[in-house]
Amino acid sequence: MNPLSNEKKSAFHPAGWLKPLLLTAVLALTRQAAAETAGHAHPHAIEEPPAKTIDHSRMDHGSMDHGSMDHGSGDSAREGRDPDAYSNGYRLDSGPYLLEGRQHSHMADSHRFSVLRIDRLERADGRDHTGTAYDAQAWWGGSYDRLWLKAEGEHSSGTLQEARSELLWSHAVAPFWDRQLGLRHDSGAGPERQWLALGLHGLAPYWFELDVAAYLGSGGRSALRLGSEYELLLTQRAILQPRVEFNLYGQDDPARGLGSGLAEGVLGLRLRYEFSRQLAPYLGVEWSGKFGQSADLAHSAGDATSEWRWVGGVRFWF
Amino acid sequence: MSSTKSTPAGFDWRRRRLVQGIGVGLAAGVCGLAPRFGQADPGAEFTASAVASATPRELRGTQFDLTIAETPVNFTGHPRLATTINGALPAPTLRWREGDTVTLRVYNRLAEESSIHWHGILLPYQMDGVPGISFPGIPPGGTFTYRFKVAQSGTYWYHSHSGMQEQRGLYGAIIIDPIEGERIQADRDLVLLLSDWSDEEPMQLLKRLKVQSDYYNFNQPTLADFVRDLSSAGWSAAIERRQMWQQMRMNPTDLADISAHTYRYLINGMTPADNWTGLFRPGERLRLRLINGSAMTFYDLRIPGLPLTVVQVDGQNVEPVTVDELRFGPGETYDVIVAPRDDVYTLFAQSMDRSGFARATLATRPGLTAPVPALDPVEWLSMTDMMGDMHGGRPAHHARSEHGPGTDMRVDRARSNLDDPGVGLRNNGRRVLTLADLHSLEGVLDRRMADREIELHLTGNMERYSWSFDGVEYGQSTPVHFRHGERLRVILHNDTMMTHPMHLHGMWSELESPAGAVQLRRHTFAVQPAQRISFLVTADALGRWAWHCHLMFHMDSGMFREVVVA
Repeated sequence: MNPLSNEKKSAFHPAGWLKPLLLTAVLALTRQAAAETAGHAHPHAIEEPPAKTIDHSRMDHGSMDHGSMDHGSGDSAREGRDPDAYSNGYRLDSGPYLLEGRQHSHMADSHRFSVLRIDRLERADGRDHTGTAYDAQAWWGGSYDRLWLKAEGEHSSGTLQEARSELLWSHAVAPFWDRQLGLRHDSGAGPERQWLALGLHGLAPYWFELDVAAYLGSGGRSALRLGSEYELLLTQRAILQPRVEFNLYGQDDPARGLGSGLAEGVLGLRLRYEFSRQLAPYLGVEWSGKFGQSADLAHSAGDATSEWRWVGGVRFWF
Repeated sequence: MSSTKSTPAGFDWRRRRLVQGIGVGLAAGVCGLAPRFGQADPGAEFTASAVASATPRELRGTQFDLTIAETPVNFTGHPRLATTINGALPAPTLRWREGDTVTLRVYNRLAEESSIHWHGILLPYQMDGVPGISFPGIPPGGTFTYRFKVAQSGTYWYHSHSGMQEQRGLYGAIIIDPIEGERIQADRDLVLLLSDWSDEEPMQLLKRLKVQSDYYNFNQPTLADFVRDLSSAGWSAAIERRQMWQQMRMNPTDLADISAHTYRYLINGMTPADNWTGLFRPGERLRLRLINGSAMTFYDLRIPGLPLTVVQVDGQNVEPVTVDELRFGPGETYDVIVAPRDDVYTLFAQSMDRSGFARATLATRPGLTAPVPALDPVEWLSMTDMMGDMHGGRPAHHARSEHGPGTDMRVDRARSNLDDPGVGLRNNGRRVLTLADLHSLEGVLDRRMADREIELHLTGNMERYSWSFDGVEYGQSTPVHFRHGERLRVILHNDTMMTHPMHLHGMWSELESPAGAVQLRRHTFAVQPAQRISFLVTADALGRWAWHCHLMFHMDSGMFREVVVA
C-alpha cells in the first residue's frame, strides 16, 4: 500500500475493511518472528543458499544422529537434542546430594529488572504552534517476560492535545521479538478512547527497531500503529536517529479528527550526543502530516494538514 | 648470584590508599596474624626471596582465619567500599603444602551472605563453597570452617561465590608447594593477580547490560569507519564487510561486555598509575604466578623484551613453551619463568576489547619504570568467529531448546582447531600462546576410553543479555548427571561470538587434541567463538558441583549448570 498515493478519502472508504487486514498483518509478523526463532541469524542460512546448507547435513562423514541439524526452516525446530537428556531425572530441587532444606538457588537469571526510559522529552517549534512532547517506556521483568508501559503525548496551548498510554504484557516469541498484549488509552482533545492492543516489538535485520501494533476499540473501531527507529553512529557518542510513525484507522472518528485509512504520519531526524549512554540531549527536525479524511477534517477546522518543526530535547533512562 | 641480603629496607609497597576500617583492622590483627605461628615453613628457600613485595601479603601454615568484611578503597579518586578478606584487596595469598590438611575458619562480617570457593582445588563437595549447592553459605555474622586435605600443588586462587562479591574485591591467590619439593627452578616467586574494579554496584552494571547490551562498548563501527573503508576498499567491500553483521543484528566489536568505561584494571590491587612493582636482583630467574581473578576481563599479557616460558597452567605442569604473549580469562592461571637481563620491564596486560590495560613493573630497584606500550587496535570478529569451520567442522547437535528466544545464533559446524590465539592476536607479529602449545607433563590421569559423550552448547542472546547452556538459563535447567567413577567425554560447542572461560568444579578436565590425543589437564577452558572443544572427565568426586562460565555476568545471567556425580 502506498499511502501517499491515496490522498483522497474515497479510496479508503469501505468501513471496517481495515480491521481484518490489520489483524492479519500483525499475526503474519508474529509468525514471521516465530520462524526467526528457528532460522534467523543463522550463519549458514545467510551465507549460503538454503539448498547448499541443507546439503551438508547429508554429506557429512560422521555417523551420528542428524536429527538436530537445523538449517533455518521452522519445522526442524521441534527436533534436536533433548536439553534434559543428561539429567537422569534429577532436578535442581531433587536427586542425590541435595542440600538439606535447600531453596532453589537464585541467580540473576531469575532477577526482575526495571527501567524507565524517556526516549523523547522535547520542545517542538513549528510554524503555527509550539508544544512539548514526550515518549516514554518502562518495563519490569526478566529476559523473556516483561510488564511494559508506553506513553506518548503532546502538550500545547496549555492543554494536552493527544496522548496514548499503553499497559502491555510482553512475551518473547523469538530471539529479537516480543509479542505485546494489553490495553491502550487515548486522551487529550476529543473523547477518550480505549483499545485492546496486540503488538510486536523488536529488532529487525539491519538493526531497525520496530514497534507494530493493532488495536481493537469499542464500537467496532480498529487501528494500526507502525513505528520504526534506526540509530546511525556518526561517532561513538554522536548518534543520528531517523524515526517514522504511521497511524491507520478502520473507521472515521471525527470527534478526534481522524478519518479511516492512513490518518497520520511522522518523519523525524534527531541528532543526539550521548554524554553518557543514559543522558543525551538532541536537536532535530520533524515532519508530521495528516492524510485522507483526517487531512480534510484538519483543513475544515482551519488547521494545517502538515507541518515541519524543529525539535530539541533530551533522552535519558535510569 | 646468590645474595642472601633481603630486599632493601624502607621501601614500603603497602597500598596507601587502602585504609582499613576499625572493625577490619581488628579482624586482621586478631585473625590474620595467627597463621604466621602455624606450621613450620615448608618452602623456606622460596620465601626468603618472596618478600619482594608486601602485596599481596602471604599467610602460610595449616590453620587460617579469614574475615570477610567491607573495607574502604579508592581506585578512581572516589572512595568506595570493597568486599575484602582480612582488610586486603586482593585477599592474602594462602600458602599451603601438598598433603597437609588445612583448616580455614571464615568469618562473615558483611550484612549479606557470603562464601569462599577454592578455585581449582579438588576437595569434598561440601567444602567447595558454592552457596545453595555445596553448603548453605555463610550467613551475616556467621562462621564456616572449611577443612580438607590438599591433594595437589601449584598456583590457584580463591574467591566468593556469593552475589557478585567477586567483582567487589573478594579474591586472593593460593600457592601450594609440592610435597616432593619444587621442581621448577626459580630464584624468586611473584604472584600477579589481575582483576577488574568498578566504582559502581555490580547489579547496576548488569542492569545496564540488560537494558542496553552494548552500553560499555565505545569501539562500535561508526559512519566514520564506513567512510574510511569506502575510500580505502570501495563500496562493495565496505558494504560486504558490514552486511552480515547488520543482517544478524550482531556487533563485530562485541569483544567484552564491560570495558574501561567503568573498569579500572588492577594488578595485585593496584591501578596502572599506581604501578605495582616486583623487585628482583640482576641475574635472577623469576617465576611469575599469573592469576586472572577478574569478573569479566580477558587479558592479553606480555612483557616487552622478555620472553615468557610457560611451565604450569591451572596449577599443572606443562612441557615448557616460550612465547611473547598469552591471553587468559577469568579463572585461568599461568606460571611463567622469565630471565630478565635489563633493570626494568613493563608487564602489560591489555583487555581483550582494547579499551584499557593493567600494568606492573619488574625492576631491580624501586622507582624504575619502562615504557608502557600503546593499546593494539581493535580488530573485528572474523568469519571464523562467526561460522566456525564450514568445510571441515563436525556437524553440531543443537538442542531443541536452542530454537527459542534465548539463542540469537547457532553454529552448525564449529571449528575444533586449538592453534588459534583468538581475535585481536592473530598475526600480530608476536608469538602468542595457544591451547595447541600446551601439553601436560605428567600425561593422562586415566587411561580409560570414554564410556559416554555429553555435548553441551554455550548459548546466548546478546540483545536480551541472556546466557545459557543449550538455550536454557540456569533457573530453568536440570542438572547434568555424571555416573560415579565413569570416564566420559564432554563436548563444549560455542554457539556465541564471545569467548567463555568454562570452569568445572571438583574434577579435572583433560583436553583432547583434534586428533583425539589427551593433551592438557585444566580446570578452566576458554572456548572461543564458534569453537568446539572436547575433553575427558573422570567422575570420581561424589556430590553436586557447579559448572559455569567464569565471566561473572554470564554465570549470573544463566550460563551455569549443576553437575551431580552419583
